Amino acid sequence: MDKMTTILQPDHVTIPGVSEPAKSRATRRVRGLSDRAIAWLFVAPTIALLLAINIFPLVWMIRLSFTSLNLSMSYLPLRFVGLDNFTDILSDEDVWIRLQTTAQFVISSVALQVVIGLGLALLINRQFRGHSFWTTMILLPMMLSPAVVGNFWTLLFQPQIGPFNYLISLFTGVPPSSFSMTGEVALAPWTIVLVDTWMWAPYVMLICLAGLRSIPDYIYEAAEVDRASAWRQFWSITLPMTVPFLMLAVLFRAIENFKMFDMVNLLTSGGPGSTTELVSITLKRAAFEKWRTGYSSALAIILFVTVFGAANIYVKVLNKVKQR
Amino acid sequence: MTATVAKSTAHSIVESTPRARAVAGSLVILYAVITILPLVWIVATAFKSQSDAIAYPPKVLFQPTLEGYVNLFTVRTRQTPDFIAKLPPPETWYDKLVRQHDMVIAGPSKVVPRFVNSLIIGFGSTFLAVFLGTLAAYAFSRFRIPLADDLLFFILSTRMMPPVAVAIPIYLMYRQLNLTDTRLGMILLYTAVNVSLAVWLLKGFIDEIPREYEEAALVDGYTRLQALRKVVLPQAVTGIAATAIFCLIFSWNEYAFAVLLTSGEAQTMPPFIPFIIGEGGQDWPAVAAATTLFVVPIVLFTVLLRKHLLRGITFGAVRK
Repeated sequence: MDKMTTILQPDHVTIPGVSEPAKSRATRRVRGLSDRAIAWLFVAPTIALLLAINIFPLVWMIRLSFTSLNLSMSYLPLRFVGLDNFTDILSDEDVWIRLQTTAQFVISSVALQVVIGLGLALLINRQFRGHSFWTTMILLPMMLSPAVVGNFWTLLFQPQIGPFNYLISLFTGVPPSSFSMTGEVALAPWTIVLVDTWMWAPYVMLICLAGLRSIPDYIYEAAEVDRASAWRQFWSITLPMTVPFLMLAVLFRAIENFKMFDMVNLLTSGGPGSTTELVSITLKRAAFEKWRTGYSSALAIILFVTVFGAANIYVKVLNKVKQR
Repeated sequence: MTATVAKSTAHSIVESTPRARAVAGSLVILYAVITILPLVWIVATAFKSQSDAIAYPPKVLFQPTLEGYVNLFTVRTRQTPDFIAKLPPPETWYDKLVRQHDMVIAGPSKVVPRFVNSLIIGFGSTFLAVFLGTLAAYAFSRFRIPLADDLLFFILSTRMMPPVAVAIPIYLMYRQLNLTDTRLGMILLYTAVNVSLAVWLLKGFIDEIPREYEEAALVDGYTRLQALRKVVLPQAVTGIAATAIFCLIFSWNEYAFAVLLTSGEAQTMPPFIPFIIGEGGQDWPAVAAATTLFVVPIVLFTVLLRKHLLRGITFGAVRK
């Protein structure tokens, strides 16, 4: 059964006369607040804060998305333009290209992270000596600030002085200053994927590890009795039983990458040209450089609806994982 | 024979052969070393002189210096050698260091106020988020709340919102309320983002504390609030600490809101570090020094948190 519903069994209701235990508890609590009052008192501040800082702005944004507001010309009266912003965005070829760029980035980096993450998890699950120390080392990048990460990889990727190009030239003989990881149309998207994978493959690994540890040993023992090959065991036991966990990792990474802003803004700021311009960078430019508030609000809503949909699936997968 | 084959092919932890373990171990260690290499490079760059930092080929061995740190904490101006010759003799080692480059220290840089902002905003929002989160999590864990599942989803979904998207209306709202570029504004904002994680995470921790403890306390005549304070909170203290560190790490690392909503007064470290410019372009040793100072607490927290990491990043749903 869903865990959430188990917790919400009615044994803590204080409506008198409903059931014997409830009644006795209600009469006992003469001093102090009733459970119902406490519940509301405890939940209300959080909900109020979220309403003030998330929902109210969101509603405001929905309203603005129907206007032609431009903050650099805010002396103009607020003019309602209906769905114009939305039709502008959806018929703008550029926006579609940005969405495509974003999708390519999301798919390639999540795929790479799943491969590396699952691989690492299978290796670490062998519990070699010192595995917990090295696991902690691998986890470091994901705890760092994406902005700071973007900034220091900029140094590492400097064609002349950076160690990255130098190492590549050591192994391939290509002169280090002949290519720029962040400045070339062909390389820049892969640079973003590379740094993102450096940061987040450990995340996939951690979740896969939890999945692997949740598989009871006796299943493998049974497979041994049936003389199932290692491959067969992997395909018929390990993989299917880690899939819900993998799904969780994929979904979360996809959501995070879809709205990714910080790392890219510092690493390439969308460039060269607009090869790495993810939707969030377009949004930031429209909102805070061109000050097209109405237009960018509409774009933000499109982005938000997408993430919200994904979040919905995320919670479903989460509950499925929790049931195990 | 068959037994050994069976053993070497098994996936289960118990049955891995020493050889399989050694192979797995060396691959993981190789990956880990490649992973930390960039970090090591940055920490090393912080101790290079400007000329060593921009040397070609990149220098692995170098004479360590604190120039980067001196440059990070001070604003320097270039002067003619004549001007420097007329100054009183250098009093400190860093005076000497700066004058070697025909420079004098003009004053402190902005790094300390930015670091203080990071601390105030980080701890302020963490405290608020954990306080509100504990109350809400307790309520969700112990009481029947109508539409609890929907409320929990609503709380989680606020964290999924793209910061760049929400920043537009928040910017407008903050302008009306005079909260732009204030620490209070940033604290409230980060509290709102963190509280969702705090509720989900703490609910998981509190769910694990047996209800019987409280029931017993209630039978002994405690009120709900007393039971919470004297029975539940002491039991949940590890969970609360872990939650607090996760919240702190988030506010410490946050960049998008910081760069869009602050410009000076309340600016934190992440938007500040990339713009540390020295004489003649990017001052890499100083940037690396700032990065190192900024990253050290996170490294410590990661080591402290390793047992809780999985919970923290899946909103408490998956535990090891």
